[in-house]
Amino acid sequence: MSLLDYFRTSKISSASLAKERLQILVAYERSSSSQPSYLPQLQKELLLVIQRYVDVSQDAMTINLEQNDNQETLELNIVLSDRRRN
Amino acid sequence: MARIIVVTSGKGGVGKTTTSAAISMGLAKKGHKTVVIDFDVGLRNLDLIMGCERRVVYDIINVINGEATLHQALIKDKNCNLLSILPASQTRNKDALTQEGIGKILEELAKEFKYIVCDSPAGIEKGAHLAMYFADDAFIVTNPEVSSVRDSDRILGLLASKSRRAEQNAEPIKEYLLLSRYSQERVRSKEMLSLDDVQEILSLDLLGVIPESKSVLLASNSGIPVILDEKSDAGQAYADIVARYLGEKKPHRFIDDKKGFFRKLFGGK
Repeated sequence: MSLLDYFRTSKISSASLAKERLQILVAYERSSSSQPSYLPQLQKELLLVIQRYVDVSQDAMTINLEQNDNQETLELNIVLSDRRRN
Repeated sequence: MARIIVVTSGKGGVGKTTTSAAISMGLAKKGHKTVVIDFDVGLRNLDLIMGCERRVVYDIINVINGEATLHQALIKDKNCNLLSILPASQTRNKDALTQEGIGKILEELAKEFKYIVCDSPAGIEKGAHLAMYFADDAFIVTNPEVSSVRDSDRILGLLASKSRRAEQNAEPIKEYLLLSRYSQERVRSKEMLSLDDVQEILSLDLLGVIPESKSVLLASNSGIPVILDEKSDAGQAYADIVARYLGEKKPHRFIDDKKGFFRKLFGGK
C-alpha cells in the first residue's frame, strides 16, 4: 500500500475485474461439463411432457445433477406462472 | 522409458511452438535424446521456428501413409545432434492423422528417444486431440489474459477425460503450468492478471513464468530456439523450466521485481 493510494478513488482494477469474470465463468463451465451428456435431452423431453399439462416457459425450468459421496440427486426446478391451464 | 510431453493451450498464439522448440532443445542440450513433433497439419510452423524449413522432405503424414519411413522423415537439428524434428504436412488435410498411425509412430520413437515433445495445434479438434491423447505430461502454456485462462481450463478438462491415460484408468497425465508473455510491470499496475490470480483458477504445478520478451521475436526471425539465446530473459526462463522439469531446484524468477523505495512510497507505475 503506497501513500498515494490513500488519495486515489477506490476503483476496481482492470486485473481484478478480469479475475472475477473468469472465476464465475470457469466455475459455471466446469459444472456444466461434468454433467452427463443426456441431461439437456432429458430436460427437453421433460419440459414437453410438463407443457402438455401446465403452461411453463423454457427458462422456467432448471435441471441439476448433484453428486455426493454416496448418492446422486437429480434436482428439477419448475417455476409455475399464476395462470394455470387445466 | 520414453516420456511423452504435450505442449498445449487451447488458444492460439500463446507460445506453444516457441515453447516446444525451446524445451525440446533444452532437454537435448542436457544430454537427453529428444524428438519434437509438429501436429499442426496444414499450418506447420515448428520447422520455421527450429530453422530447418528448407530441409523438410517427408512429413508425419507420409510416414502414416507408408510413403516414407520414420527415419527418412526425421530431421536432425543443426545445433544439437541429440535433437530431431518430425514436421507436419503442409498440404494434406488433417483427417490423414489417425490415432492408430500416431500410436505406431510414438511407439517406434519411444524405442530410440528419451523425450517426445508433441507441439499441439490450437483448438480442440483432431490434431489437438491426437497431440494430447498419448501424453504422460502436459505443459499448459497460458497467457495472463481471460480467454487464454478459460481455454486452458477447458483443455484440462479434456486431458482428464479424453486421453489414453483417462480411458485406461491409468495414473492421470501430469499437468504443469507455463505462464508466458508475463509483464511484471503491467501486473504491478494492476492491468494484468498476476500469477496468483491465474493459479487461483487453474491451480497447477508451476514449471515457470516466461516474461514478455523482445528476444522471442528475434529468435523466431532467425530460426533459432530462444533457449539458445542464453543472455535473454526468455531464454533463461526456458532453461529454468527444463531444469525444474528434470527435477532440479530452481527458485522462480520473473514474477516480482524489487520495488524501489520511491515506488513503494508513491506507488508509481
